[in-house]
Amino acid sequence: MTGTCCDATVPAPAGPAAPPVRLDRATIRIGGRTILSDASLTVSEGAFVGVLGPNGAGKTSLMRAILGIVPVAAGHISVFGRPVGRGNHDIGYMPQFHGRVVPRLDGRSFIAAALHGERWGLPCDWRWGRHRRHDAAEVDRVLALVRATHLAERPIHQLSGGERQRLLLAQALLGRPRLLLLDEPLASLDPHRQREVVALVNDIRRQLGIAVLFSTHDLNPLLGVMDEVLYVGRGAARLGPVDEVATGPVLSALYGTPVEVIRAGGRIFVVADT
Amino acid sequence: MFAFEFMRHAFAATGIVAVLSGLVGYFMVLRGESFAGHALSHVGFAGATGALLLGVPPLWGLLVLTVAAGLAMGLGGRGTTQGRDVAIGLVLSCTLGFGLLFLHFLTTSATRATALLFGNVLGVDRAMLGWLALFGAACGAAMAVLSRPLLFASLQPEAAEARGVPMRAVSTAFLAIVAVATAECVQVTGVLLVFALMVGPAATAQRLTASPGRGVVLSIVLAVAEGWGGLALSWWTDCPTSFWISALSTLSYLLACLPGVRRRLKTRAAA
Repeated sequence: MTGTCCDATVPAPAGPAAPPVRLDRATIRIGGRTILSDASLTVSEGAFVGVLGPNGAGKTSLMRAILGIVPVAAGHISVFGRPVGRGNHDIGYMPQFHGRVVPRLDGRSFIAAALHGERWGLPCDWRWGRHRRHDAAEVDRVLALVRATHLAERPIHQLSGGERQRLLLAQALLGRPRLLLLDEPLASLDPHRQREVVALVNDIRRQLGIAVLFSTHDLNPLLGVMDEVLYVGRGAARLGPVDEVATGPVLSALYGTPVEVIRAGGRIFVVADT
Repeated sequence: MFAFEFMRHAFAATGIVAVLSGLVGYFMVLRGESFAGHALSHVGFAGATGALLLGVPPLWGLLVLTVAAGLAMGLGGRGTTQGRDVAIGLVLSCTLGFGLLFLHFLTTSATRATALLFGNVLGVDRAMLGWLALFGAACGAAMAVLSRPLLFASLQPEAAEARGVPMRAVSTAFLAIVAVATAECVQVTGVLLVFALMVGPAATAQRLTASPGRGVVLSIVLAVAEGWGGLALSWWTDCPTSFWISALSTLSYLLACLPGVRRRLKTRAAA
């Protein structure tokens, strides 16, 4: 590490070899509870990874650790070869959708608020001239990527849950991240909309050549699309092809209870014996 | 009515306070912190009466206690909505109780109490006007720096946190600004009616426009119009200013709701 003054402006030469996410014997603890213990794994460039696990196993916490919000208790987590830290512009994050009070704003304003929203000063739609045009073009770009251009001028409180999620996805794409973390984008969507969202995310991933971590509680909507599955449970994490990870013995260990994996009609059913 | 100095002072004071209230109120309503602003004004009541008891100008007591309470809310915050409502409600009644106690010791206080509770903009003197302008400008400057991360943090807290917005610092700084704005607003509308200038115009603006830029401008314009309108109406009718301001504020909100109601009925009929 050459500690020069220019480290902040010139990104470290991560090189093509640096993987989007790498856990090296990482331990994550939240409030005395161990989410991950001594876990090592590597997400490869451009991969679509489905993140699964029992409720409360720590899918969200893992994402928040990759974002640098939750501290790493031991070991090491790196993103494109650099240690995690808050405000990493390589990562786009779509948080879980909450049914909180929806503001009376249009979609464009909602996304524009997230554009460089971490900087001090006036919101970007109050600026003028070149900056304003530049910002508007970036908002247009992400709206087009998620095919939500027609939603831009409509007030958010009039949009459906699926339409709002597309705006959240657009927000995550601002600033051209190389890694997308999507937290439960399929929650509260019907099966038809779920397939639409998965196809849309996959299109965007291929178009931009970025890696995607996609958490969900059902792996079926991701079958045929995801390259690998990452199961989190009981402090352990297993990353690998679906056929290797989604098996009775592996999932039984992760869930801490006998689990049967049944394949039928091109679908996979995870059944806990009780 | 501008022939009298006290009226000119009243218009100037109302103008300053209304601009600040419209600006700060917009974000307050957007963040769902209207109730917090209301509680801060009640905290201010105890501060103002306490200051009177000590022989200090009430504005200082107001400012000290509201800002202290705003900082405490910001630093202690992040609870559940329900827990927050209970905490705010308790602080609110407790501080009003203390305000009453201080008033009890003051003895001379009936008019003072009315002025604090319902405002006394006609009593604003030149020195007070200077302070209002100074604190108003300071809040405006702070908002110019804070508004961008504040807007992001208000709309998408999790994403803002991930992008590196210092959430607690931003929300605490904003509550401190709300506290100063509330203390200023008490000078015009009184403790009990700060909603009229801080929440009414902002909520009306959010009903009428879906863009934050236009929303803030509209909120400020409405606050000034309602403030000055209230002053003018009280001059002509000889009724209290705060009554007219709160009446105008409520009326404009109701008017803003009307077309929306009509549109909703129409879409339901079409469906």
